[in-house]
Amino acid sequence: MTTQDLVLSAARRNFLGGTGKLALSAAALALLAGRENLALAAPAGGMQDIDILNVALGLEHEAINAYQLGAQSGLLQAPVLDVAVQFQGHHKAHRDALMATIEKLGGKPIAEKKLDDYARALKADTLKSQKDVLDLAARLELGATNAYLGVIPAFKDSALSKVAARLAADETMHWTVLSNALGRPLPPMALSFGA
Amino acid sequence: MSGDAARAVAALALALSCAAHAQAGDAQRGAALYEARCGGCHALDVNRIGPMHRGVFGRRAGSVADYAYSEALRAARIVWDARTLEAWLADPQALIPGQRMGYALGSAEERADIIAWLRRASAR
Repeated sequence: MTTQDLVLSAARRNFLGGTGKLALSAAALALLAGRENLALAAPAGGMQDIDILNVALGLEHEAINAYQLGAQSGLLQAPVLDVAVQFQGHHKAHRDALMATIEKLGGKPIAEKKLDDYARALKADTLKSQKDVLDLAARLELGATNAYLGVIPAFKDSALSKVAARLAADETMHWTVLSNALGRPLPPMALSFGA
Repeated sequence: MSGDAARAVAALALALSCAAHAQAGDAQRGAALYEARCGGCHALDVNRIGPMHRGVFGRRAGSVADYAYSEALRAARIVWDARTLEAWLADPQALIPGQRMGYALGSAEERADIIAWLRRASAR
């Protein structure tokens, strides 16, 4: 368990101890800060917002498992491994926030698959070097960045659009660091993300 | 006219409208764009968050094996081609109300490039 996991777990325990019924993680509280009416309301945006959040949750499940596969591969060296674990912690916080939001909106969060399922889907058996792992992570982070940017206009509730933008910012940070580690140049043109 | 028939007519009208604005795409550019714009959820040969795309041209919507589609997509009477893919990528909810993909690709040029790539990849 990473330091960040420990912090999140502690925050979750403290919060659960204080409220009893609500089960929002610290990250979810931050995302929903000032919008308890959103969290407690019926799904005014219909099922569409919940569906989009569940697609996002599927993406976060996959990202967590991709970093797990990378960490377990034995191919990552310090300090790259430390950064990968930190990024995985970000994705776990995203997952917790999305799950809590989906539940509060009356939806059912989609379940995480088995690690082996993700390994097959991501062709983990083809990873032979640290560069391969970083390349996979960079591709997933870029895809996630664009996915979050692409759903922003679709939310019925603008607060959720803001959440998607914040998630996209995290994924962009990950992609930038990974690209730099791979020695790749910055995008030559502005506005290369989203379209 | 039944609800299903009305939705099918509306989807066809939308696809025809989008076709009027469709442009020829560049498959080579589309390959890179597919990775960047679609790669968060999709792959050519495996179901991930979204269904696999190899062979999408000529395939009936909602018909990839072992993928859990929304009811709306399973019931859609649409076959994927350049027109329907253009309409889907521009506004999936307008083409098939009730489906789950919230993502829309705003750039017509990028849509055309990705569709050209999907056509080429489907032929392999």
